[in-house]
Amino acid sequence: MSVAEAPRSDASGRGAAFSGAEGGEQLTIVEPLIFDASRPERRAVRFPEASDAARTAASGQPELPASVRRDRAPRLPEVSELDLLRHFNRLAHLNHAIDLGFYPLGSCTMKYNPKVNEWAARLPALADSHPLDPEALSQGSLELMWLLAELLKEISGFPAVSLQPAAGAHGELTGMLMTRAYHRDRGEGEQRTKVLVPDSAHGTNPATATMVGYEAVTIRSNPRGGIDLEALRGALGPDVAALMITNPSTLGIFEDQIDQVLAAVHEAGAIAYMDGANLNAILGRFRPGAAGFDVMHFNLHKTFSTPHGGGGPGAGPVGVSERLEPYLPRPMVVLADGDPDAVRRNAWVGRSTPEARFALDDDRSKSIGKVRSCYGNFGMFVRAYTYIRSNGGDGLRTISDDAVLAANYLRVRLADAYDLPYDRVCKHEVVFSGKRQKREHGISTLDMAKAILDHGIHPPTIYFPLIVEEALMIEPTETESLETLDRFVDVMHGIAETAATDPEAIRRAPVTTPVGRLDEAAAARRPDLRHAFPADPGDAPGAPTAAPTPEAPTA
Amino acid sequence: MTYSPHTTADRAAMLAAIGVASVDDLFDDIPQAVRAAEWVVPPPLTEQAVRTELSRLASRNRIPEVSFLGAGVYRHLVPAVVGEVIGRPEFATAYTPYQPEVSQGTLQSIYEFQSLICELTGMEVASASHYDGATATAEAALMACRLTRRTRVAVSAGVNPDYRRVLETYCSGPGVEVVTVPVDLADGGSGTTLPSTASGAVDDSVACLIAAQPSFYGQLEPMRELADVAHAAGALFVAVVEPTSLALLTAPGDDGADIVTAEGQPLGIPASFGGPYVGLMAARMSSVRQMPGRLVGATRDARGRKGYVLTLQAREQHIRREKAASNICTNQALMALAATAYLTAVGPEGLREVAELSTIQARHVASALEDAGLGERRFSGPYFAEVAVSVPDAARRHAALAERGVVAGHLLERDEPALRDTLLLAATELTTDDDIARLVQALGETM
Repeated sequence: MSVAEAPRSDASGRGAAFSGAEGGEQLTIVEPLIFDASRPERRAVRFPEASDAARTAASGQPELPASVRRDRAPRLPEVSELDLLRHFNRLAHLNHAIDLGFYPLGSCTMKYNPKVNEWAARLPALADSHPLDPEALSQGSLELMWLLAELLKEISGFPAVSLQPAAGAHGELTGMLMTRAYHRDRGEGEQRTKVLVPDSAHGTNPATATMVGYEAVTIRSNPRGGIDLEALRGALGPDVAALMITNPSTLGIFEDQIDQVLAAVHEAGAIAYMDGANLNAILGRFRPGAAGFDVMHFNLHKTFSTPHGGGGPGAGPVGVSERLEPYLPRPMVVLADGDPDAVRRNAWVGRSTPEARFALDDDRSKSIGKVRSCYGNFGMFVRAYTYIRSNGGDGLRTISDDAVLAANYLRVRLADAYDLPYDRVCKHEVVFSGKRQKREHGISTLDMAKAILDHGIHPPTIYFPLIVEEALMIEPTETESLETLDRFVDVMHGIAETAATDPEAIRRAPVTTPVGRLDEAAAARRPDLRHAFPADPGDAPGAPTAAPTPEAPTA
Repeated sequence: MTYSPHTTADRAAMLAAIGVASVDDLFDDIPQAVRAAEWVVPPPLTEQAVRTELSRLASRNRIPEVSFLGAGVYRHLVPAVVGEVIGRPEFATAYTPYQPEVSQGTLQSIYEFQSLICELTGMEVASASHYDGATATAEAALMACRLTRRTRVAVSAGVNPDYRRVLETYCSGPGVEVVTVPVDLADGGSGTTLPSTASGAVDDSVACLIAAQPSFYGQLEPMRELADVAHAAGALFVAVVEPTSLALLTAPGDDGADIVTAEGQPLGIPASFGGPYVGLMAARMSSVRQMPGRLVGATRDARGRKGYVLTLQAREQHIRREKAASNICTNQALMALAATAYLTAVGPEGLREVAELSTIQARHVASALEDAGLGERRFSGPYFAEVAVSVPDAARRHAALAERGVVAGHLLERDEPALRDTLLLAATELTTDDDIARLVQALGETM
């Protein structure tokens, strides 16, 4: 950035959140980069000095040779702790978040993240547990993982669960690698080259198929929003490795012919993969493993309420049927000594089982191997376990009942204002189309999403699923009150009305946010992906002291 | 305990609006044959009871009083302010910044993260995060295959064995062959990847050579020479680095690395039994379109205000589907924020102090064990903050010490049979002289 547009942050609060929003200057910055606040000598943390004894002892050992030493220190910011805190607190003020307001982002299950889960994840004996500590020192961590897997097995109806994958897409990768290992073991690895994916699927499904070397084949949906059974049967054959299906689908619709879908897939010798992204809709109502699916990933950050963290971390455990169990990633947490029934019984009433010993079983000859270092996003396991135990079986069932109730309530309340391409009972989310507003008033779904922002509400997922024109995918979740839902209905009605009466006002939106609509095309055309430090005087002589102009790529 | 806000009246009102008698009616579309039977999930717990249960599990762990365990996961000071930043609910309870107007906090912090990682590594572009160092490395190998249109990758045996396992798994997907380049494991040898050995393994079918600095054994690799070996064969060089070491060691970008990956855990993230951590990846701008993972870029709004957006999304699965550079979607954003806050908190001087103290204390450990006649360095040559020490009857002693609350590093024979009776001992700035004295004493008592 040029000098003209970079007001120096003095950490006093000038340049703070929102202060630039109404200034009307040509070039304003909402919050300067932390690099702009940097001043030599300032710092937030100091570390101890090595003792003389340590230095003396170390001096007998080989020194770091000059050939590996860097000649210039990295230009990290030099700020006080207060500078640091204010900077990040001001940035925090620029975010919308569940803890601030309604966040009906479809397919993401933005429900409340209970705080006791955070308390649990920060317990020092869990947070400071080293993954390679001897097993005898890590019995608590291992027991927690074992118990969580037991609960996920019960919830999903799968006989085995691995917690290792770090996110939903990572679980998909794991599931597809197991699928391939299974077919190879049966001598059908070469012939089965295709993975069937409905046209309503998340983009991760076809991308995963490619990563595993499969060809993704799209299966169309039927007019009711379900998978087209005839198209599916036509595509199934000895060259198909698996069907990847999201159920309920990304239209928020339960696949009401799922029993026939599963039968057809199995008849063709293929694996039935369920994307469990939408499990929040069906807890206690449908257990995919018991129903006949071979493999499913869970999204602990969705259904089991671990915070989304601005994009992660999540956790994507996989549940599998008996026939895929040998291929699960290694290691697996096992109960090496003790009676599993007794351990579960005791844990459910908060007791330890003295004779129980948990271990990591790496001796799995058919395993696909490791998909991640260590054993998974353990901190997410702690939160999910806490959440499941807090809710209990009855609470989990209530979660899905209320999530489905809320989505259907929005479905009927908004059906007068927006087109509903699949007008039937939905599950956890409902997908509207903004095509009426687009056709009649020239207002796109993007325009409406931006208008929603001005009401302090995060917009729904837009333009997804791809099979719905101008899609608005709304997932209210079970933790939003009726008042919140009603307010959202009012906001959406108001926007539909304004689209008709004053479309220009919608096109101007948002006007209350820290920045207006950003030029994404320019961002992609001239990528500026990192801070350009002013050139060092010692660098190339004559180099400009300011960073390149925005017209020049930064790197 | 449930978190549902609905009263009986609320539920009744919603059912009436929908026009159904009971919530069960909303599940009629589940075919009878596959409806869930009863399940055996334990009953709900109050907050008090659930705290008791989690405290019970925590109490079953024993955090060692003294530990020299690293092997890829390091116990560093996590400044309190880092926990404060990532605990902010505006960061923690937001999701992927698809609506940039209300996500500038997340987006700008990722831009700062990308900037910091570029500065540390000497590279031109850094992704917004990967699951961990292992998956970042595996994705880098696949990226190298796309860039070179080659289908084999060579990896030094000095790369963390867990990373190599994950690399094998990822490469098995598209059928990429992994060739392992052995390191010099001779007693008293260098413990490093010899360029002459690497050169025998890297030919014009190899997409990249992957090596780690420092190596898994703590030794310092001849990175520049290894980069030359890769480039001579038209392959890329992938450097796996330890981020705190970059306060002292040459930036991999200056050593000829084409892609840099790292485990970001040492930057303000607790060990947490293996995760969540953050995978770092940095590369050259010329290869950005084959880079996996999210990227944040700067731009402007209509009034000229600077802002940040997700950019170059045409690489990603939600746009490109089966043609995407990777299937990654959810990443480790909050952990990237921890690393950003950490690097800001410590600054260049603090990071140097961490690195220097770690390397001094690692030498101190080796020297103290040698002086006491308890062990000898397994390899010659310089090392960073982790050192392989030969100790007779190491497995038995390691177990005996653990019972006394001292974890004497990592038993290398678990990963490499040729390294029997060898302990890999790590030091950080948290390692005190007393810790070292305690190790020497405890090990001595098992002789």
